[in-house]
Amino acid sequence: MAGDRLVTRRVARWMDTRLGSAKFARTALGKVFPDHWSFLIGEIALYSFIVLLLTGVYLTFFFDPSIDEVVYDGSYAPLRGVEMTRAYASSLDISFDVRAGLVMRQIHHWAALLFLAAMVVHLMRVFFTGAFRRPRELNWIIGVTLLILSIFNGFAGYSLLDDQLSGTGLRIAYSITLSIPLAGTWLASLLFGGEFPGPDIINRLYVIHILLLPALIIVLLTAHLGLVVRHKHTQFGGRGRTERNVVGEPVWPRFAFKSIGLLLLTAAVLSALGGLVQINPVWLYGPFEPANVSAASQPDWYMAWLDGALRVFPPWEIRAFGYTIPNPFFPAVLLAGITFMLLYLWPFLEAKFTSDVVEHHLLDRPRNRPVRTSMGAATLAFYVVLSLSASTDVVAVTFGTSVNGVLVSFRIACLVVPPIVALTTYRLCRELQLRDEDAGLAPPERPRIRWELLRIWEWPRRRKQAKLAAARTATVD
Amino acid sequence: MGRLGVAAPRPRPSRQWRLPALAVVVAAGVALLTGGSTSAAPAEDLARQADADLVAEGRALYRTSCVSCHGVDGEGQQTPDGDLRGPSLEQAGPAGAYYQLTTGRMPIGNPNDLPQRKEPAFSPDEIEALLAYVDTLTEGPAVPDVDAEAGDVSRGGELYRLNCQSCHSATGAGGALSYGQAAPPLGPATPTQIGAAVRSGPNPMPRFGPDILSDEELNDIIAYVEYLDQPDDRGGLALGRLGPIPEGFMIWVGGLGVLLVAAFWMGHRRTDAQWVDPVPVDDDPGTRGADAGGNAPLARADDRTTAPGDAGARAGPPDDHAEPPEETP
Repeated sequence: MAGDRLVTRRVARWMDTRLGSAKFARTALGKVFPDHWSFLIGEIALYSFIVLLLTGVYLTFFFDPSIDEVVYDGSYAPLRGVEMTRAYASSLDISFDVRAGLVMRQIHHWAALLFLAAMVVHLMRVFFTGAFRRPRELNWIIGVTLLILSIFNGFAGYSLLDDQLSGTGLRIAYSITLSIPLAGTWLASLLFGGEFPGPDIINRLYVIHILLLPALIIVLLTAHLGLVVRHKHTQFGGRGRTERNVVGEPVWPRFAFKSIGLLLLTAAVLSALGGLVQINPVWLYGPFEPANVSAASQPDWYMAWLDGALRVFPPWEIRAFGYTIPNPFFPAVLLAGITFMLLYLWPFLEAKFTSDVVEHHLLDRPRNRPVRTSMGAATLAFYVVLSLSASTDVVAVTFGTSVNGVLVSFRIACLVVPPIVALTTYRLCRELQLRDEDAGLAPPERPRIRWELLRIWEWPRRRKQAKLAAARTATVD
Repeated sequence: MGRLGVAAPRPRPSRQWRLPALAVVVAAGVALLTGGSTSAAPAEDLARQADADLVAEGRALYRTSCVSCHGVDGEGQQTPDGDLRGPSLEQAGPAGAYYQLTTGRMPIGNPNDLPQRKEPAFSPDEIEALLAYVDTLTEGPAVPDVDAEAGDVSRGGELYRLNCQSCHSATGAGGALSYGQAAPPLGPATPTQIGAAVRSGPNPMPRFGPDILSDEELNDIIAYVEYLDQPDDRGGLALGRLGPIPEGFMIWVGGLGVLLVAAFWMGHRRTDAQWVDPVPVDDDPGTRGADAGGNAPLARADDRTTAPGDAGARAGPPDDHAEPPEETP
């Protein structure tokens, strides 16, 4: 063994006797990966996360998350002599004085936007194909958690720079926290270290942004991918594909190369954007002063739905039990809470209403689950309308109309568009099914929704009957 | 003194300030001559005579173009229903008139519309005459003498962020105000137009008198606004400087859109696989083996999980490989 002529083989053998890596590698490289382009969307998210980590590490070398006041004396002339925090000054240094600083900052920011965009599309893919069903509910929950953590981390990231725009965002976040009944004021001063803007918030955001949330994301991402290996990958139906096998190509070599290619492409697109398209020009926004605010302030796209909800929600305020429930609570806290709660619960709700509790490894075609598809499409439409509502002022200026009129139009659209989308999608699904039938494809097996589940006043009686039935079988045994 | 700071309105200035600078020099010279002292009496008489001609010309123009909305003496007009037809010129002064006329906002076709920037309807000489006439009607501010080059850009930036960006946006791209009003983008404005607007407060804009913004501070702001028109733009294509909304569109179209096309292209292969339905779960996998296109299903999951000696490697439900069909007795 030691006399092997090939050094590579000797090294490999040395490693293998210590790590047992050969067996692992054989399993890993031989893993079968089903062939569908939409399975690559999650990988785009993964690879933009890698770009995020690499560029983020570079930026931490130069960023100083301190709110000590300094007088700027860098190479950006229009801000020279202006008092600002060290955090903002170091952001300017990264943009103008650090070698490759600006391109790294821009790649980092574009990668954050891409990471979340890819996550959302991946979520849509998983949702519309029913890949969240048993046994993958846990992975669905991890995925939704990843989405929430990433949104928070994105927000923490662009709030760090302490420029005018991010300060405005922080102020909104502060107000949203304040609006939580009973606990709001406590939470807000806990997070901000006192009244807004608070002495601690930039430091805390920094720890949250570079340590806490990334660590959590990495842990959950590992679990997410580990569960994909554990459960095997899902696949679309097709010749030879059943609920009990996986048909596809092994990881090595074709899939591995495809995936590496996608990694390089993702990095290339992000580098091109970072080098060629300006993002978040903080030097134009100026340092944050609590007295200042700019017209047309908007958040990054993944927070736009929240901003839009704050804009279109009517100015209602409720007094209950001697407490005022402030207006931002409804669009910002309640809506977000319901949104993510429904996302978390969806696999269980669907299993309950369709009584479909068996394992699934074959994916649905969206048309064959018209109820789920149309509900998902309607929800998406709702959030797209909300996100667009975040640009009411830009729309009003661009088209020379009244911002109030635009706002009311969006308010109506929030209520009108989703049902229209739902009905259209449902009909479209049915049409596609009929076309499949005409083409000689067998009609799909479709779980029926058990509407009686909705009649909650029948639940006690049904539970009683179930208990009686169980008792009867027990006595028979 | 009202007409003296008037610079000839330029269609779209290049980044030179020759004309305003010239205007400032002329203004300073004339100011020395006229405002100097009583000893310069003949020159003052001459200027007064010139003024009188100019005012007469301005009155004639005013009577043909402005009187229907602003009234005979600039007192403003109302429609029969009591709506405002044209505001009083009392507060606007020559500065307001200069801003409205040189940016082409006045005369306006429909008084209910928001005034829009367009080509001025009057020649520079006519505008000068109109300003001279308006000066006799009102107490409002004179056209300010501005000098963008004397301004301090970074101090102007601070003042701009404090006073201007809440309507005109941090990048000077303009913004929406309530009920159809809008703050225009600042790119096309000349230094004198900016100064005249600040001093007179046209349309929904508030007035900033010399007690709020001194003349030096006005110069600082103008210097910063001029800078914003062509900022030191690092980082590539600026996407209209409208903030994160266009950035969001960019990542969805130019980022994820491109990558999805790439993924489709990479993951796409001609497929001869027809869509088939999921196998009913209670179906015996053994009986489906024959028609499963050579990829027979493996044993049931529960069989395998209980199989002894499997070392756990294959404990999970569906198996990786589509292995050759098993012999079923």
